[in-house]
Amino acid sequence: MSNPDFVIRGAKWQGEAMDLLVADGKIMEMRPTGGSIAEGVEKIPANGALLLPALTDAHVHLREPGFEWKEDIASGLLAAAHGGFANIMCMANTDPVNDEVSVTEMMLDKARLAWPDGPRLFPVAGLTKGLKGQQLTNLAEMHRAGCKAASNDGLPVHNTELFRNAVEYAANWGMVVIDHCEDPDMAPGAGVNEGELSSRLGLKGAPTAGEAIQVARDILLAQYLDTPIHVAHVSCRQAVEMLADAKRRGVPITAETCPHYLLLTEDAVEGYDTAAKVNPPLRTMDDVLAIRQALNEGVIDILVTDHAPHADHEKEVPFAEAPCGISGLDTALPLTMRMVDEGILDMETAIRAWCLRPAEIFGLPSCGFAAGDSADFVLYDPSASWEVRPELMRSKGKNTPFMGQTMPGRVNALFVGGRRIV
Amino acid sequence: MHWAHKDLLDVSDLSTGDVERIFEAADSFLEINRRPVKKVPTLKGRSVVLFFAEPSTRTKTSFDMAAKRLSADSFSLSKSMSSLTKGESLKDTVLTLQAMNPDAIVMRHGVSGAAQFIAERLNCSVINAGDGWHAHPTQALLDAVTLRRAWSGDFGGKTLLILGDIAHSRVARSNVNLLTRLGVNVRLCAPRTLLPPKVETWPVEVYSDLNKAVKDVDAVMCLRLQLERQQDGLLPSLREYSREYGLGKRHLLNAHGGAVVLHPGPINRGVEIASELADMGESLILDQVESGVATRMALLFLFLTRKDQGGERV
Ligand SMILES: [Zn+2]
Repeated sequence: MSNPDFVIRGAKWQGEAMDLLVADGKIMEMRPTGGSIAEGVEKIPANGALLLPALTDAHVHLREPGFEWKEDIASGLLAAAHGGFANIMCMANTDPVNDEVSVTEMMLDKARLAWPDGPRLFPVAGLTKGLKGQQLTNLAEMHRAGCKAASNDGLPVHNTELFRNAVEYAANWGMVVIDHCEDPDMAPGAGVNEGELSSRLGLKGAPTAGEAIQVARDILLAQYLDTPIHVAHVSCRQAVEMLADAKRRGVPITAETCPHYLLLTEDAVEGYDTAAKVNPPLRTMDDVLAIRQALNEGVIDILVTDHAPHADHEKEVPFAEAPCGISGLDTALPLTMRMVDEGILDMETAIRAWCLRPAEIFGLPSCGFAAGDSADFVLYDPSASWEVRPELMRSKGKNTPFMGQTMPGRVNALFVGGRRIV
Repeated sequence: MHWAHKDLLDVSDLSTGDVERIFEAADSFLEINRRPVKKVPTLKGRSVVLFFAEPSTRTKTSFDMAAKRLSADSFSLSKSMSSLTKGESLKDTVLTLQAMNPDAIVMRHGVSGAAQFIAERLNCSVINAGDGWHAHPTQALLDAVTLRRAWSGDFGGKTLLILGDIAHSRVARSNVNLLTRLGVNVRLCAPRTLLPPKVETWPVEVYSDLNKAVKDVDAVMCLRLQLERQQDGLLPSLREYSREYGLGKRHLLNAHGGAVVLHPGPINRGVEIASELADMGESLILDQVESGVATRMALLFLFLTRKDQGGERV
């Protein structure tokens, strides 16, 4: 057996100190620490850090082209790298929309120039031209250019016949369709849950029924077509109850949620706080508990950030006029570790939701630490807690309701394909 | 006695004691406003900016007159005059206004929370003259001043019906908040599409049948119906709305004797209120206008003299 290129020494994996041997960008072996290592092989001490597979974020907004003051591909990948992500899927609602191969190629070129060794970027193709919901994009071509999924995220396709055609056509090329889970007529972009709070604040709210109606449509279509559909950022109990039932019946539907739907309720928008304005909106504690349970039971398959960076001045306006979105790449892994510490999630669920399942659903590389897996992993230092402050966030978007909170540790190192990125 | 508040964003900011002080001051200004010479020097040298990002002749004129009767200088800025039409943000507009050192900014804005947004960023007093669907504290206070006079100072055990588009009404929200605290039983009546979500959590009785809702009430407050609610799909037609929810003389037959009618104006005659009713002796619509000037004088007085040692005498 040949020698490894390098060895990570004494990293914590499931409570045990392990050595990780890496060769040719792949995992060679993971074994209890202390074994002999050949002369001349680089040894990287883990210094008590936790070993985790690198994360995949199947839902981010990188804002380039068109809105580079919010984020550009280089700054988004910088935040992703420091957040522990090896793979990023970026949504198509740029300007121009990613509905042409030329836009996809431009995104990939920018990513390769800024971050030649990863994080890997997988643009999501717009499902319809200009996200207008009228004409399908050239999905075969865009798939060949590197798009693993297609979505009208933010502007769901209202016309169910067209959406059905899109799902069937995309499936031809092995692309998964991601559907934004809101009935587009029921308070699009409201940014606040419809209920007692929205009534008191005098804001138009988005009801959970609007989300559930869209999820119901997608379940019915996925079942009828026997074709996978992936439901974006689920936020409410009604939706997860339907998903649970559909999965029990074997319907090929998958779903995602974000850390903020697991940690925050609508109370975060009290006082018209635009940092907590997000679409779909933060819901009630009952919804939060349902989302947590669904994630632990695998009813919700994956975690995503829905990273939606905005400039400060865009959020510093009255609530109704503020754009929706939370900047999520910097805080995703620490918030997940906080939830593991607090018993909201178990570690196995976290790894399944951030690493293994997104790779399965979208056909991306991932690391299970078996010999031959791509050496995509994170060394996470749980002793390096930090307070979220604008200058410590790598994303251009400082818009987060977690500002000022203490995060339990941070990414010490990220390896993608055996190369150290951070 | 010291006035503790910098801003008036909603009536929930005010204690019952604060509300009593406003009532007393409003009473004395009402009396002054009926004198031949109505101007007093109380706020001489103070300046008030009237920033109306949403048009409202009525409220703006009321504040303007209130300021002038107290000898304060008032300056008007409408949305079309401001740089807002050129894409300037609300934050920059109000910071510009603040740099001119006014003592108070009275703001009307079409977006809920706008008053709080600027109050958090300014040192001068901010008086909310209506923000989106959220709050209209000065309207609720002037309605209370009006009802207090009609009811000889006694709110206890009285029943008020608020009729019309509650869901989109800052007047309804602020009135429910204030009047229920003063001991009034408040009823709401509207079709379901014009009631706010989770209205069952409000401290009110809710009706959808006007005939039942008016039974034994002491006052009815009609709300202005925005005619675009029909285009929004919330109503089939104005004709049907006025037949089911327009207040007519016949409805008052089921109310208590001496029941009065209020409306924040401007009224759509024949839509939310029968034309004849608006002109009847039971109508307090013009009393509301009169109380409005006095109430706003009271508020300007309290907010603008809050820093003075011991305050000034009226
Ligand atoms: Zn999104």
